[in-house]
Amino acid sequence: MNRDLLDQLFAEVRSSHRTALLPFMTAGLPSLSTSADLFVAMAEAGADAFEVGIPYSDPMMDGPTIQAGNQLALTGGVTVESGLAVVAEVVARTGKPALVMTYANPIFRIGPAHFARQCREAGACGVIVADLPLEEAAAIQEPIERHGLGMVLFAAPTATDARLEAIAGAGPMFIYGIADLGVTGERRRSSSHARELAARIRSVTDVPLVMGVGISTPDQARSLTGEADGIIVGSALVRRVLEAPDEPTAITEVRSAVADLAGALR
Amino acid sequence: MKLKRPDESGRFGEFGGRFAPETLIPALDQLAAAFEKAWDDEHFVDEYRRVLRDFVGRPTPLHEATRLSERLGVRILLKREDLAHTGAHKINNAVGQVMLARDMGKPRVIAETGAGQHGVATATAAAYFGLECDVYMGEVDIERQALNVHRMGMLGAEVIPVTSGAATLKDAVSEAMRDWVRTVETTHYVIGSVVGPHPFPWMVREFQKVIGEEALVQLGGTMPDDIVACVGGGSNAIGIFYPFAGLGPRLIGVEAAGLGIASGRHGASIGAGTPGILHGTKTYLLQDAEGQVLEAHSISAGLDYPGVGPEHAFFAETGIARYESATDEEALAALELLTRTEGIIPALEPAHAIAWIVREAEALAGRTVLVNLSGRGDKDVEQLARMEP
Ligand SMILES: Cc1ncc(COP(=O)(O)O)c(C=O)c1O
Repeated sequence: MNRDLLDQLFAEVRSSHRTALLPFMTAGLPSLSTSADLFVAMAEAGADAFEVGIPYSDPMMDGPTIQAGNQLALTGGVTVESGLAVVAEVVARTGKPALVMTYANPIFRIGPAHFARQCREAGACGVIVADLPLEEAAAIQEPIERHGLGMVLFAAPTATDARLEAIAGAGPMFIYGIADLGVTGERRRSSSHARELAARIRSVTDVPLVMGVGISTPDQARSLTGEADGIIVGSALVRRVLEAPDEPTAITEVRSAVADLAGALR
Repeated sequence: MKLKRPDESGRFGEFGGRFAPETLIPALDQLAAAFEKAWDDEHFVDEYRRVLRDFVGRPTPLHEATRLSERLGVRILLKREDLAHTGAHKINNAVGQVMLARDMGKPRVIAETGAGQHGVATATAAAYFGLECDVYMGEVDIERQALNVHRMGMLGAEVIPVTSGAATLKDAVSEAMRDWVRTVETTHYVIGSVVGPHPFPWMVREFQKVIGEEALVQLGGTMPDDIVACVGGGSNAIGIFYPFAGLGPRLIGVEAAGLGIASGRHGASIGAGTPGILHGTKTYLLQDAEGQVLEAHSISAGLDYPGVGPEHAFFAETGIARYESATDEEALAALELLTRTEGIIPALEPAHAIAWIVREAEALAGRTVLVNLSGRGDKDVEQLARMEP
């Protein structure tokens, strides 16, 4: 099954007591033709798996940096199909697990079953949908699982323990712990919520836990080692692409940022 | 009050629901529970009614538009929401939600606004109840509705300009949602129409149905043949439609046709859109084949929105109401006609409802049409003056 690659990563991470690094990057950055190169550079720098964003016009869970990344990708002609072609190339060239991240509307527009089939063909392990809470998840989770992929569900600091249990009980391939209140974006300080939420989730379930949102520096990453099976860093990497004067610089900058983060988790 | 609600998941048929980031779900649960309790609580309902009477000036009159009726050969009754405090129906909802925010112990409210009417209404209610208020508004709308921007400032609200996307209502809603994801523990998001994730479409409808309930009483047992209202998100329309649904009158929502449906530059989400998800709810919206949301266009900031409330999507699908549209040009002509025949300068939004009647006058001859005159036109005077040759 497609999801095996990621399940194996979590098994390995647990047996070696380490924390995996799962960088997020919007598909098609810095451009469609060099997008896979950027992921390859991240793999070489120590990324364990990837969250590949399919851009959406109205990303409600994203701050200004990833919004701008979405806009740039959409302007560059990224579609669900070309975004998934990037995923396929990344999986083929790196051999690492890839997750597809997007919003509910593009999936419902092309149809969840059709989307799930395309994700399977691209070699993706699982799917993350930013505006799909537990109550609405089934319509997408069911076809995703039928195609041998896993569904990722979110858990937020605002959730009660009962809700955390319900989320864990719905069978996610991992829980995406929202490390800070607010949308994606870099924060100067580590969130006070992150460790507490991670501990609360750990106390109700054994499902793999990956923390993300507001984690951008090596120090912030280091502070979560031992608390979670993995961490997600997005805005700090997308910003480096947006700020770079040209594509080779973008790739160099992202490679070095990922190397620093991977180093901090070791 | 009896609740005729969407189902437990917030669905109106297949529409509605709760497609919101997980962080917001506990707040939406809390809000649904607080609203349900409050709406069943005599003290809350009494206070709400008292504020609507003494502060807002309800009931608003039902006005026989004699000269307009003569001109068109159609008997036209106007439900005068333009005479509500702050000049539009938006205050009915703002008062209710700010009371709830207070009762939930949230010291700050935020709102999005297009025409500025909902922003002014929320700033007004926040001033009245002593809460802090920030309003998100697209830069384009800040420009075309400058008067309301000044009013919000005077009322002590901060207007936060939104520059993303087309810098209009859709982008203001997205930005307000993002604020709420960050501040949800201390902030209530006073959404301005029957849109957004459950329980908003239901709750806002409950706060707006006072419009139709008053009209029922004011009609004294008679029934109009048709009820017409403009539809942006759809709150004034649902407010007047809902109490009449199933009682006989045809219900007609008028969307913005902008530069014409064929031009692609319009806000006719039901007329020219397809089902999808926008701002947390399943509804009709303007989108491309990939599910990217398209920009709407309307001369009126309040109708310049690519989505519509899920209950309207349900009404359209089931035939409970039908949805038509009127262009920018038709709305401008209707605004002038109402102004000259009745001495009422309407807002550009309800001018779309009048415009549909003007276009259909022949077919409507001899019928009685109740129109929701959702707001007054002061806010649009500057924009209109600039358009004069
Ligand atoms: C006077 C007036 N009417 C109508 C609308 C459109 O909103 P809705 O469709 O929710 O009534 C607005 C929105 O700003 C408005 O100001």
